[in-house]
Amino acid sequence: MAGHAEDTDIIIVRNVNKWYGDFHALKNVSLTVKRKEVVVIIGPSGSGKSTFIRTINRLEEHQSGEIIVDGIPLTHDVRNIEAIRMETGMVFQQFNLFPHLTVLQNITLAPIHVRKMKKKDAEERAMQLLERVGIPEQAHKYPGQLSGGQQQRVAIARALAMQPKIMLFDEPTSALDPEMIREVLEVMEELAESGMTMVVVTHEMGFAKGVADRIVFMDGGEIVEIGTPEHFFTNPQHDRTKLFLQQILK
Amino acid sequence: MTTEIRSTTWVNTNHPAPAQKPPVTEVGPIGWLRANLFSSVGNTILTLVTAVALYFIVTGLVRWVSGAFWQPVWENRKLFAVGLYPVAQMWQPAAVLLMVSALFGLSAGRWGSIMRNLGVGLAALLLLFAIIPIGAQAQLVMAAGLGLLLIGYGVGARVPIPSRWLALGWVVSLPLTFILLGGGVNLPALGVRWQFAPFVEVNLWGGLMLTMLLAVVGIALSFPIGVLLALGRRSKLPVIKWFCIGYIELIRGVPLITLLFMGMTMLPLFLPSGWGNPSLLVRAMTAITLFSAAYLAENVRGGLQAIPKGQYEAADALGLSAFDSLRFIILPQALTKVIPAIVGQFIGLFKDTSLASLVGLLELVAVGKAVIQQPEWLGTPGGIAREVYVFIAVVFFVFSYGMSFASRKLESKLGFGKRQ
Repeated sequence: MAGHAEDTDIIIVRNVNKWYGDFHALKNVSLTVKRKEVVVIIGPSGSGKSTFIRTINRLEEHQSGEIIVDGIPLTHDVRNIEAIRMETGMVFQQFNLFPHLTVLQNITLAPIHVRKMKKKDAEERAMQLLERVGIPEQAHKYPGQLSGGQQQRVAIARALAMQPKIMLFDEPTSALDPEMIREVLEVMEELAESGMTMVVVTHEMGFAKGVADRIVFMDGGEIVEIGTPEHFFTNPQHDRTKLFLQQILK
Repeated sequence: MTTEIRSTTWVNTNHPAPAQKPPVTEVGPIGWLRANLFSSVGNTILTLVTAVALYFIVTGLVRWVSGAFWQPVWENRKLFAVGLYPVAQMWQPAAVLLMVSALFGLSAGRWGSIMRNLGVGLAALLLLFAIIPIGAQAQLVMAAGLGLLLIGYGVGARVPIPSRWLALGWVVSLPLTFILLGGGVNLPALGVRWQFAPFVEVNLWGGLMLTMLLAVVGIALSFPIGVLLALGRRSKLPVIKWFCIGYIELIRGVPLITLLFMGMTMLPLFLPSGWGNPSLLVRAMTAITLFSAAYLAENVRGGLQAIPKGQYEAADALGLSAFDSLRFIILPQALTKVIPAIVGQFIGLFKDTSLASLVGLLELVAVGKAVIQQPEWLGTPGGIAREVYVFIAVVFFVFSYGMSFASRKLESKLGFGKRQ
């Protein structure tokens, strides 16, 4: 698995194309993410942000181009796909917790059955993670008994339990009531500070401004502009970027 | 305090207001009567009509039941219970009953919830037959069964027996039942011949015991087959997919009785030549299992379709293999969603076992028919068919209702905090 071209690049995406039938959803997308970097992807709905982030762990299959995650090329080989999925945690817009399992079981399931951890160790670690996301007292409840914000924090803990090197966030706050967005963003901010590599699709411009190392603007299945938050919010170059920021910051 | 709706700004200084009791006419027995029986003119008429109808039905029923001729049912109780099973070897079915009672007790103590409900049902039945003078030995067996059930419950509640062992116990109990009832193992195809008692040919098994065996084997075997068929139907591999669709649609398009007759005549054609002729019982069980599996597959498919795509994606994203994802995430949820349908189908299967009487198996209904034909009752005015069939109906009802009750308990237990 070793032998990376550049050891600092943990995600390498080169000229990726994806079609849904005739619809060209991703057009020649290329992006490199460095270790410990926080990349925020913004753009109007239908711009391909979610599709792009979901190709990285093969929830969506790309038809051409190259994706390498932590030195592992993403091919049709199931072993490679599973290896990449072990390295990348994912947080979804709709949380996607397992409703028939308790919070603790949600978190320990994959460590026990994929990482082959002992149940006791997995539970210990799960409790530490729940502590970290601020809801240790909810460990024995079912997801349906938690608020949206609590569910999303459990989802983050569940992803972290696999000790991933990369965390992918697909609009993690879009399904939340306004008063719960803050608690999830705080967990994500803490995660970013701890040095986690993160790729975040979001509409939270405050988060992008405060936490992102780089912002990627996508539109129509293409990457239109990449830059630092400072560049984006003071000096956007492309007309499409300017228009989008105008609309969203009003 | 009422809201000053005309003012632009207003603050409720009385907040929080103390909660008050609802008016007497809305709650309590009077409120209940008003709300449920006499809420309107139409409703009142309906209530009165129903009451009159109920009166006639109940009094008619009571009059008939008390005057009916129950002697044939009573005197043939052994036949209804186990068919022609040799009296000298009755300890073998008794052993099976004791084994099942003990397993129920242990499971009820260990797992609680629906096993406890079913255990209570079984305990009530055992108690009933330990009291009714059906025969000293049989009563003793029933009492022993009740004792084992209670001891099992105590042990199960205190000793943390691994669930796996208990489940294994249930799995092993099925073949063990056949060995116990048969008096040994006689499989000429495998060259196995071992016995601890004189062999009891399966054509002597009968009555409620046979009905239960047909139903339990049908349920236990059709469940895994049905789940596999449902998964196969959703497979991406065309050969598997089309085989499963073909099987399911073919079986669902044919009445069970046809399959039973085909099983009787055609099953040997599909078996390796050395296997000889399977018994009538095996043929009927095969037909019932294959039939039930096709319906079960469709029920399970309904459950699979109700699982949101996000569940698969979350399992994938965590790196779970396809098998683990099915085992831990998809199937538990899919099966939970279709418990009512599955139990409904199993109740249907339980009652459908009566069709086996048409292919020569002496199960409950066939025993009933035989009893009606017995010469000693021929002179009875009006015949004895009513009594016999009412008795059989009651037996079927008790077990069907038990299953239905257990299913409702299971559903509410698996509701996992409804908000989602």
